[in-house]
Amino acid sequence: MITALWALGALALVFGAILGYAAIRFKVEADPLVDQIDDILPQTQCGQCGYPGCRPYAEAIAGGDIITKCPPGGEATIKKLADLMGVSLDSLDQTQNKQEKRVAYIREEDCIGCTKCIQACPVDAIVGASKQMHTILSNECTGCDLCVEPCPVNCIEMRPVQTTAERWKWDLQSIPVHVVEVK
Amino acid sequence: MPSLFQQIQAGRIWDFHGGIHPPSRKTQTSQKPIDSYSLPARLYIPQRQHIGVAGRVLVKVGDHVLKGQALTAADNAMAVPVHAPTSGTIVDICLHPSAHPSALPEPVFVLEPDGLEQWRPRHALDMLHADKAQILQRIQQAGIAGMGGAGFPSHIKAGAAAAVDYLIINAVECEPYITADDVLMQHHSDTIVQGIEILSQLLQPKAVLIGIEDDKPAAIKAMQQAVAGKNHWFVRALPVKYPSGGEKQLIQRLTNKEVPSGRRPIDIGIVVQNVGTAFAIAQAVLEDIPLISRVVTVVGQSLSRPQNMYALLGTPVHELLSACGFEPQPSQRLIMGGPMMGFTLPDARIPVVKTTNCIIAPTHEELPVAGPELDCIRCGACTEACPVNLLPQQLLWYSKAKDHTQLQAHNLQDCIECGACAYVCPSEIPLVHYYRVAKADIRETQREALKAEQAKARFEARKERLEREKQERAERNKQLAAQRQQQLADQQKQQIAEAQARTQAATTELTHAEIVAERERKKAEARAYQAAKLAAEQDIIQSAEPTLSADDRAEQDPRKAAIAAALARAKAKKAQASGEAESTSVEAATVAAAPALGNTVEPQSSSSDDAKKAAVAAAIARAKAKKAQASGEAESTSVEAATVAAAPALGNTVEPHSSSSDDAKKAAVAAAIARAKAKKAQASGEAESTSVEAATVTAAPALGNTVEPQSSSSDDAKKAAVAAAIARAKAKKAQASGEAESTSVEAATVAAAPALGNTVEPQSCSSDDAKKAAVAAAIARAKAKKAQSASNSEAATDPTQADSEPPLADSDAVLPPVPQDEPQVVAQPEPVAANPSAEDAKKAAIAAAIARAKAKKAAQNPQEPS
Ligand code: SF4
Ligand code: SF4
Ligand code: SF4
Ligand code: SF4
Ligand code: SF4
Repeated sequence: MITALWALGALALVFGAILGYAAIRFKVEADPLVDQIDDILPQTQCGQCGYPGCRPYAEAIAGGDIITKCPPGGEATIKKLADLMGVSLDSLDQTQNKQEKRVAYIREEDCIGCTKCIQACPVDAIVGASKQMHTILSNECTGCDLCVEPCPVNCIEMRPVQTTAERWKWDLQSIPVHVVEVK
Repeated sequence: MPSLFQQIQAGRIWDFHGGIHPPSRKTQTSQKPIDSYSLPARLYIPQRQHIGVAGRVLVKVGDHVLKGQALTAADNAMAVPVHAPTSGTIVDICLHPSAHPSALPEPVFVLEPDGLEQWRPRHALDMLHADKAQILQRIQQAGIAGMGGAGFPSHIKAGAAAAVDYLIINAVECEPYITADDVLMQHHSDTIVQGIEILSQLLQPKAVLIGIEDDKPAAIKAMQQAVAGKNHWFVRALPVKYPSGGEKQLIQRLTNKEVPSGRRPIDIGIVVQNVGTAFAIAQAVLEDIPLISRVVTVVGQSLSRPQNMYALLGTPVHELLSACGFEPQPSQRLIMGGPMMGFTLPDARIPVVKTTNCIIAPTHEELPVAGPELDCIRCGACTEACPVNLLPQQLLWYSKAKDHTQLQAHNLQDCIECGACAYVCPSEIPLVHYYRVAKADIRETQREALKAEQAKARFEARKERLEREKQERAERNKQLAAQRQQQLADQQKQQIAEAQARTQAATTELTHAEIVAERERKKAEARAYQAAKLAAEQDIIQSAEPTLSADDRAEQDPRKAAIAAALARAKAKKAQASGEAESTSVEAATVAAAPALGNTVEPQSSSSDDAKKAAVAAAIARAKAKKAQASGEAESTSVEAATVAAAPALGNTVEPHSSSSDDAKKAAVAAAIARAKAKKAQASGEAESTSVEAATVTAAPALGNTVEPQSSSSDDAKKAAVAAAIARAKAKKAQASGEAESTSVEAATVAAAPALGNTVEPQSCSSDDAKKAAVAAAIARAKAKKAQSASNSEAATDPTQADSEPPLADSDAVLPPVPQDEPQVVAQPEPVAANPSAEDAKKAAIAAAIARAKAKKAAQNPQEPS
């Protein structure tokens, strides 16, 4: 009986020690909630939420900030965040709607090559060198607007993304299927 | 239990879940021969007519092409070329509405036929000696892509490496109206069989199954005759049911196999080819006729002669229709493809492409427009009809709720968009529409997610890079600092040694005096700072005057000027706020403040010899520019007047410091300011009220003058040229202002301009630096651009004036071209400007002061009218 108690006690100590060690050794560094929120945010890095990028805002949400501060994400993002954070949607101001998707465009003939826009772009979507013409990789541009203001000659403008046949969305009028009468 | 193969051999066919029986309406065209029509005037051949990427363009506008000549080249496996359907000239390569539900413009070749039908040289492939790769290459080079509807490149399917059990030839044609495959089989069964032979040679299937619906008895008979005597070739007549023609449905009907979700038929050892594709393959391999035409059913009660046609690819739909006796109804609809899976055409110019099998021109009685959509009554009819065993009604809810997770859980991606569910729905809900939109949304979301992932990666990479660069810089700086310290220590040692060698008394005394002076200055600074703080907190109008007195003090002590600058900045902020307010009185104050600002800064620079101060001035100027921009965007006209006033102030700020400077850096600062101003001017130019234009004009001459005098003092021909260019640019602008409508504000503009100009000139008299000239030239260029854009919009309204005025400006380049309205103002400053005797900097300074005073007056005067 005593031996059994001893044995159990020893076992408890051993496992306790192992668990304690594991807790320190395999400590999870980042807050997984922040990662989850960060994954939902659109990663435009535009700073319109008032934070210097999406991750800081994710941290702020995890810390209790409201979830409706991200205009590029629009309604879909708010919905997902509400799901994740367990906030009810009705209590939130849903005035923010996703606008038309746009990307920056440099009127190349006007560019004086001051490189200011490059410094402003958070995702390195602008190529150019000092005193050379600059241009935007429209596939990489997130449409964050941040390069428009710094340009001293105002040669950057935001243009709507061209619709292609692949990206085109159906509209009701084009589908004749419902006009087949039933005999 | 017999094996599957035995069952198939025994002629067994199966059924799939759901399906519908819409009226087929095929008899209108199925009994008639295939007709052809006269060559259309122009063919519009899209560069991409299949799923995949377009080929490389081989021809250019003006080229003469022969019938069957390739217009694009297939560079990779997913590309197939397009060919000239007839001989003629490529008259254009442009955008044209596409044969896609969106009708988005796509690049096309426009071919004008010459009517000669001249073929390029043709070489039939010798089937006995050709190997697989050769045949596949021929199929690709002939531009053959699935002709049943999807347009998947045929050589990829035909070149499948996996073992193939069954080759299925899809001749079902289950959609109403369409008879193109039907008549093709009736008239060309031999060629089709040759095509199937080629395909079986490539794929080596155990059996060939030809599926035809039993409402095409003539086609079934023709095919049965053609395949007679072939081993393991079976023609299967299927009872009519829509959508038997769906790839997966046909496989199920003929072999009782189901293709798993998300997989392709080849994964279960089956290849399905359309009967039209088999025909095209035979033609391409045996006769070297690339895919340049196809059979198209042209049908509908708006036509007097509905029939099947051999249509050249690229023929505009309206040509085909008129060949069939088209009598359009009011608000006539045109449908490309069948009535179930096709789409309405927004434009009759859309060309026939490789996948076009039918064009319907129905009357309203024939295909009535759908009634209003009602609520779902949960009758379940859609679930009964769905051939893929989906739950259309559930999908509808989730589509409406945009619940992408649930949509995917309910296998929306497996929906073949057949329309059976919408057809049976008693509430007339366009279910397929919802699915298509939802599918597009899901695709878009996936794309966005991918993009966000990339953006995040790029953002992280950038952050990392910046961090690294910072560290590197810090490292370098540390090294440099260490080096410098080393040097300094060495020097000090040397100096000490030298000093020791010399006498010591005088040195110590001098240092002492320096220390005292320094302390004094610091005190004065602190005091001035306090005063500045106080002043900044007061009302704007009141603060304007103290500034002036501060200005006096500033002349005694150059350091104080810096403080004044700080003050000015504070005021600029306020001024900005008031500029956005709407009451006019506040704006008047703003205007008053602006010249004051200008003055405050100037003495500093004229007495300074410190580059830092110049930078401060530049900062102020920039701040003001921002403000000016903000007010330029405000709506009340008086705010714009403020802008006007701000401009001269700016001008003054810049000039004097350059007059005393002999430093290229300052010039660069001036250039930066100029650019900032250009921006502002542009912004205000974009505002709608005409007076804003006047403001733009003001800023420009001010700038212009800064540059011009340089030429008068220069002995460099290049500079003169630059000045001339500027003068011309200004002339254009002046003209623009002449067209501005509000006269009062304009007068202000005009008055302000000359004042500015004069202040500037001294700068050039003292300048002897080529770099500055270069900078000025750069500014001039920037301005020229702006001026151009301004004149583009405005001069367009009155080109005659545009032509007549520039000479005037050229003749007296030094004279600002605007002042015609107020000549007396110009007259006075002119002598000052014209006296670039300027051996004396003081005179220049006096001139500047006069000009300033005038600028102030000019700026204040126009306030009353506005
Ligand atoms: S507003 Fe949205 S997209 Fe922009 S930085 Fe903030 S979280 Fe990112
Ligand atoms: S290019 Fe401009 S708009 Fe696009 S991501 Fe960069 S800063 Fe933003
Ligand atoms: S900020 Fe404007 S001018 Fe400068 S490099 Fe970018 S596009 Fe060119
Ligand atoms: S359209 Fe989609 S959901 Fe509707 S019946 Fe066809 S496969 Fe089923
Ligand atoms: S057929 Fe129409 S009404 Fe009936 S359950 Fe389906 S969607 Fe609802």
